[in-house]
Amino acid sequence: MTAVVEQTRTLTYAEAVREALAQAMTADERVFLLGEDVGTYGGAFGVTGDLVHRFGDERIRDTPISELGIVGAAVGAALAGMRPVVEIQFSDFTAQAMDQIVNQAAKIHFMLGGAATVPMVLRAPAGSGTGAAAQHSQSLEAWFAHVPGLKVVMPATPADAKALLLAAIADPNPVIVLEHKLLYKQSGPVPEAATPARLGEAAVRRRGTDLTIVATGVMVPRSLEAADELAADGIEASVVDPRSLKPLDGKSIVDDVTRTGRALLVQEAPKTAGFMAEIAATIGESPAFGHLRAPISRLCGLDVPIPYAPQLERAAVPQVADIVRAATDLVRRW
Amino acid sequence: MDLIGNAAAARQALVTMWTIRRFEEAVDDLFARGLMHGTMHLSIGQEAVPVGACLALSDGDYITSTHRGHGHCIAKGARLADMMAELLAKETGYCRGRGGSMHIADVATGNLGANGIVAGGVPIAAGAGLAVKMRGGSEVVVSFFGDGAVNEGAWHEGVNLAAIWDLPVVFVCENNHYGMSMSVSRAFRVKQLSERAAAYGIPGVTVDGNDPQAVHDAVTDAVARARAGEGPTLIEATTYRWKGHSKSDKNLYRTREEIEQWRERDPIARFEQRVAATLEDQEIQSCRDEARDAVRAAVRAAHAAPDASADSLTEAVYAR
Repeated sequence: MTAVVEQTRTLTYAEAVREALAQAMTADERVFLLGEDVGTYGGAFGVTGDLVHRFGDERIRDTPISELGIVGAAVGAALAGMRPVVEIQFSDFTAQAMDQIVNQAAKIHFMLGGAATVPMVLRAPAGSGTGAAAQHSQSLEAWFAHVPGLKVVMPATPADAKALLLAAIADPNPVIVLEHKLLYKQSGPVPEAATPARLGEAAVRRRGTDLTIVATGVMVPRSLEAADELAADGIEASVVDPRSLKPLDGKSIVDDVTRTGRALLVQEAPKTAGFMAEIAATIGESPAFGHLRAPISRLCGLDVPIPYAPQLERAAVPQVADIVRAATDLVRRW
Repeated sequence: MDLIGNAAAARQALVTMWTIRRFEEAVDDLFARGLMHGTMHLSIGQEAVPVGACLALSDGDYITSTHRGHGHCIAKGARLADMMAELLAKETGYCRGRGGSMHIADVATGNLGANGIVAGGVPIAAGAGLAVKMRGGSEVVVSFFGDGAVNEGAWHEGVNLAAIWDLPVVFVCENNHYGMSMSVSRAFRVKQLSERAAAYGIPGVTVDGNDPQAVHDAVTDAVARARAGEGPTLIEATTYRWKGHSKSDKNLYRTREEIEQWRERDPIARFEQRVAATLEDQEIQSCRDEARDAVRAAVRAAHAAPDASADSLTEAVYAR
């Protein structure tokens, strides 16, 4: 068997998203982008960059500020045979578009008994850390994961930003891609080839023996950093990144927790009814329950809107030191 | 197309109007006898709008529809038996029992779907128009909605997108005078809903929605504009629903006299009078019979079909 050497380069997360868009558009003329300021402006976070110069303003389509209309237009275009990719400038603004996301995109395939599909992608920057305060900083993944008919992915690395987006575009269902705005400038190796991820496959980012940290979005690199600090202190942590919340790879999580006997679940979103409650239940309902040496522990954002002041904003969501502390507590107490 | 003087066109319009009427009367009856569940929004009295509009369309053209969508579905060419099967919760229904009255679509005939959200189909129609334009196609999209939809944000956003991008969409407002119980006189400051078109820089016209010829002429002009790349048009077709909003409606918000006045303007009876010079009495009777027989056959076929099965309920949530 010959080893396949994947050609990788170092790209930022934003560049990786752009490369996925460009490759998908090159491969399939049905793929097009629409959103606010995605054209000459290059996207609110610079993600679409120069795509308008490469693909023209028909396929990189600037829209007025009309989130509901934009998503509705994507639903209609998808029903009529296209593969639209919508950018919503801040994931918070999906609230404006919720009817089209939840009542139209998510349900049409089912309501029509499978007679039509809505192959569209909605990309939206999520999360806090930029001082943009309560209406531009939320982590809303649980909203979408709760709706049958939607798929939800949260890329945490540049390679995943590309591979998960390619998978989302190739998928015949509506897929919500929640990109973290603090990750856009992070760099990492990204394969050149346009190879989509498999949705519903978690990544074990680090393998340890003492506890399993399950983390999403920007909490993945924070958990990895915390794991390094924990290792220096003699605690070996696994870090599992679900990558795709729906479909969820419960098995990889359960397997790792079965091995380590402890689970620390880390999310940026507020704790109450957040996605980590689902992960906790997944573990609790599984045979891993019998292997637990400690109660399942959640480290989440506070149940508050994201505040403006930097010290308040940091206090509202888990930081590396918080993860270290919670992991140490979990291991030392039990 | 001359729907009055042209015998073939007159016949088609009359048969389709009667088919819609008889279909909905059958639904009303099945409901009353406890054989149909859920709720139902009937368009009895409004038959001229879908018939006049859809006769202006070609195969391959699209429509989006509403919660009151049986007429649109039938006029665009859907199979009656599959529609009735859906309403009777059968496996052979268009949506295999998952959609019911408010979600029937027949993608094969270009019907992109009824919609339980009143303006939900409006931006979807714009998107279908965008797809047509991007593919360089010549199809048009007719977006049907009621007067209740035009105060929702989705309506404004969808119409504006179609307007700024010159999309091949015809917006057809079936102004039946009530958004559930809210009368148009209480819901709008404008005299005619078609005035709204000015705000989007597109043509707007109000026609007699109980006259299939008037609807047809307006939609034909709008379709020609759309196919020529000149963008959307807003057509307001004034009509009236004889029945309540849905099955829960006690009709407390309107008078018997008002309903009677509109029943006297029955679009089907008026059309029959107007085509008397074109179609002989016997021919008109055969149109009625044809519609009645088609609906009866659909009810029979639907009754005989197997019930929708829960075995595969979770399978159609995601496409593979």
